[in-house]
Amino acid sequence: MIVQNKSNVTSLKLLQTIQTKIYINETISQINMTQKTAEELAKKQREISIAEFFEKNRHLLGFDNPRRALLTAIKEAVDNALDACEEARILPEINVEIIQLEETRFRMVVEDNGPGIIKKQIPRIFAKLLYGSKFHKLSATRGQQGIGISAAVLYGQLTTGKPATIISKTEVNKKAQLVKLKINTQINEPQIIEETEIDWENKDHGTKIEIDFEGSYNKGRQSVDEYLKETAIVNPHCTIIFTNPEANQIIFPRASPNLPPEPKEIKPHPYGIELGRLIKMLELTEAKTLQQFLTDEFVRVGPGTAKQICENSALLPRTNPKQISRDMAENLHKGINKTKIIAPPTDCISPIGDDLLERGLRKEINAEFYCAVTRPAAVYRGNPFVIEAALAFGGEQEADKSIRVMRFANRVPLLYQQGACGITKAIQDTAWRSYGLQQSKNSLPVGPCTILVHMTSVWVPFTSESKEALAHYPEIIKEIRLALQECGRKLGSFVNKKRRIRDEAKKRGYIEKYISHVADALGELIGLSEADKKKTEDDLYKILESTRGQLEEIKVDNPEYDAEMAKIGREEEEFEPEKIESTRKAKKGKQTKLVDEDQYSEEEQE
Amino acid sequence: MAESKKVEKENKVVIKIVDIAKDIYTKIRKLKRPELDMPIRSLTNVSYNEKDGFFEVLGNKKTRTLSASTIKTFAQTLRMMSLSRDLIKTNDIATKREAYYVSKNWGEARFNEQPESDTVMDDIEAMMGVNREQIGFIPEEKGGAVAGEMIVIDKDPDTNKDLEIDCTKFGSGAYSIPSSVEHLKFKTKAKFILAIETSGMFERLNKHKYWKKANCILISMGGVPTRACRRFIRKLADEQNIPVHVFTDGDFYGYFNIYRTLKVGSGNAAHINEFFCVPQAQFIGITPQDIIDYKLPTHPLKEVDIKRARDALKNDPFVQHYKEWQKAAEQQMKMKARAEQQALAKHGLNFVIDKYLPDKIKDKRTWLP
Repeated sequence: MIVQNKSNVTSLKLLQTIQTKIYINETISQINMTQKTAEELAKKQREISIAEFFEKNRHLLGFDNPRRALLTAIKEAVDNALDACEEARILPEINVEIIQLEETRFRMVVEDNGPGIIKKQIPRIFAKLLYGSKFHKLSATRGQQGIGISAAVLYGQLTTGKPATIISKTEVNKKAQLVKLKINTQINEPQIIEETEIDWENKDHGTKIEIDFEGSYNKGRQSVDEYLKETAIVNPHCTIIFTNPEANQIIFPRASPNLPPEPKEIKPHPYGIELGRLIKMLELTEAKTLQQFLTDEFVRVGPGTAKQICENSALLPRTNPKQISRDMAENLHKGINKTKIIAPPTDCISPIGDDLLERGLRKEINAEFYCAVTRPAAVYRGNPFVIEAALAFGGEQEADKSIRVMRFANRVPLLYQQGACGITKAIQDTAWRSYGLQQSKNSLPVGPCTILVHMTSVWVPFTSESKEALAHYPEIIKEIRLALQECGRKLGSFVNKKRRIRDEAKKRGYIEKYISHVADALGELIGLSEADKKKTEDDLYKILESTRGQLEEIKVDNPEYDAEMAKIGREEEEFEPEKIESTRKAKKGKQTKLVDEDQYSEEEQE
Repeated sequence: MAESKKVEKENKVVIKIVDIAKDIYTKIRKLKRPELDMPIRSLTNVSYNEKDGFFEVLGNKKTRTLSASTIKTFAQTLRMMSLSRDLIKTNDIATKREAYYVSKNWGEARFNEQPESDTVMDDIEAMMGVNREQIGFIPEEKGGAVAGEMIVIDKDPDTNKDLEIDCTKFGSGAYSIPSSVEHLKFKTKAKFILAIETSGMFERLNKHKYWKKANCILISMGGVPTRACRRFIRKLADEQNIPVHVFTDGDFYGYFNIYRTLKVGSGNAAHINEFFCVPQAQFIGITPQDIIDYKLPTHPLKEVDIKRARDALKNDPFVQHYKEWQKAAEQQMKMKARAEQQALAKHGLNFVIDKYLPDKIKDKRTWLP
């Protein structure tokens, strides 16, 4: 009887659902037995803290299995580090280390060269869920909700009982702060276990976090290796040094000395506002009149537009916002949607750029053809966003498998839930057959091709808190499709050209093959000398070649390809424990390597 | 006399082949694209010659110009012409299948499947305006089976002396029409020829000596009659001046593929239809009306049957010439049914001998032209 509503709901909604569920369950079980009074029942009803809730529902945050947990923890820490560096306008240099402590226990160490965090803030940033700087503003950053890193701390605490260690240094001459933290889940508040000042030598400023947790380290398409590589591809301004549990170090060096432009914060656009939020804003505003409220609190609303909105809502511009009733607010909401308002500014988001995208793809894939497209900014629910797409075709990619999809949101690689993602949907909805790829209905195309899609926005709509799949907003899907179609058209003309060249080569082959037969047969029929036969062949060449131009050649021409890098994350997944046993028996400890990349992508396609 | 005339005709073919080759050679040496002209071999390029009663070839030709995409066929055609010339010169023959295997010697220009070599052969045949046997190729398939009171006069291949074959002396078997029939002569007092679609029906009639009862000659065509079969019937009918009755299944394949090809020839061999057709042939059954009159059990028409009928009504000059056939086709399409020869067994196994055939042969009004 319990209907699980897994994704697409905010944590708050879920919380309510679960409370109600508990209540109903108990009530029903009581009916058959002795009756209880409402007062008695009330004793059992109590508030659930968000930390407690996620303690029990860690899958919502991406900690559902050991392998994914390791990736999620690293991902949250790296995202935070990159955001911090960029916000402080520092070129990021990030050190990631995974140390294997026991069979299934790992220590993650992530260190950045960011601005550091002042002592007072450390506990709340790392050990209080839903605490952060980004939730209330609209700007294109990686983090949004203030859950991620605290969730990693919570997960570590849950699986090992140990606190997380944070070291932070804000200035060259200051001492660094070392704090050991746990989360008091009952009240969702940080609990400081230890607090000391230490020397952090050879470090000007930065933050380092260490968490122990249960996990499993694997290679493959959904591995930490792949995540860091893809991060490096779309963040060419950062250096990432990664030390894996085998103590191998991989360095992704900085490829561009330019920080992306600072994401600008914008106010909400009237079109994206929901009624409840509007009422709340009316209550909290400091504006004295409705007109002032509209111009102050929203982007793209000047006095003219504000008056227009008021007129369309049948409200006076001079009304005090505090005195607007619910009904009036509803009129206002309708009025907003009746008014023509310019789209929000788009300079607040910075795409990666088709150039950098293509270069990133070239490093990763050795193909015959590349193209990349950056769409002009568009708007969904008042939020500006930009879609970028890139495509690599041919070369060493496998021709008889589904294409590979690389998804990014605000420069963060998305490795899980490919099947649920709006990007996947848009790719499936695009007619790839006309661009030279095979495709059966409603599925990913098949062919030697990789497609990369990046969405950047002041608010990226994810389907769940683990932030792995884009929600299916029609405006977003449409933009992605337009970007894909643009890439597709270029791909189509390339595939056609390739086919023409192949046909041409085949025809030339024909000429080579059969000219001698024509000459031989004529020789037999009318008795030609060898010399005349030779002349006939030469003349035939002249006749047939005269109409054909130069033969173009298509080759893999990609000096930027980095074979070492492309290999990262591609190595085989470790065997299942049982399988290792049997392999060992058979091969006497010699482990064979299986290459079966497809299984990663299929894993997700439910 | 006949022999020397034959050699002369064959020499003409050789001369023509060499002329074409010379023409091609001259063009190449002048750096011009050589071409091969041949009549189009399809129903679109024939008309029904009402006076003589056969499909006559029209003047439409296709030109195969040497280019990168035609060079393979071009080389194969020249190779095949060379083979044909050698066969005529040495007075030898090759079956279609053998010619296909000879091509395996041509390296890259070899044929991959026999239909490819058959097509090239048909092209050369049409180009020369002669029949296949005259360019040295003979078909694989047998011409058909013959039973009846008749003497066929053939020649002994070793002694070249006349050889008399009594067609009544094959017991439960039958005389089989050879692939080349031009030299055959006949002695018979039969009143008519009955050409039958299926060998099953032929067996039944032969077993019960229907040929004796009706004083006729039975010929089993085994589907669409081969050229040899058509020529054999034509020669026999012409020389003895006897009518030809045709008895097929009651379906469009029987009407428009078997009967029509026998009577007026085919689109594919249009250039030689004049000799390889039987204009005096008449269709006695099974007609669409028979299905009703004899209350025959039927099978429903399939998609392909209807398509065949539509095609015939639209494109076949023979059907377009005869209102009777158009009516019959419409009638059968309305019935949405077809009947096999064997369906007559519904009224008893020998109903076909005792009642159906005698009735039908007697009553000309039930025939189709």
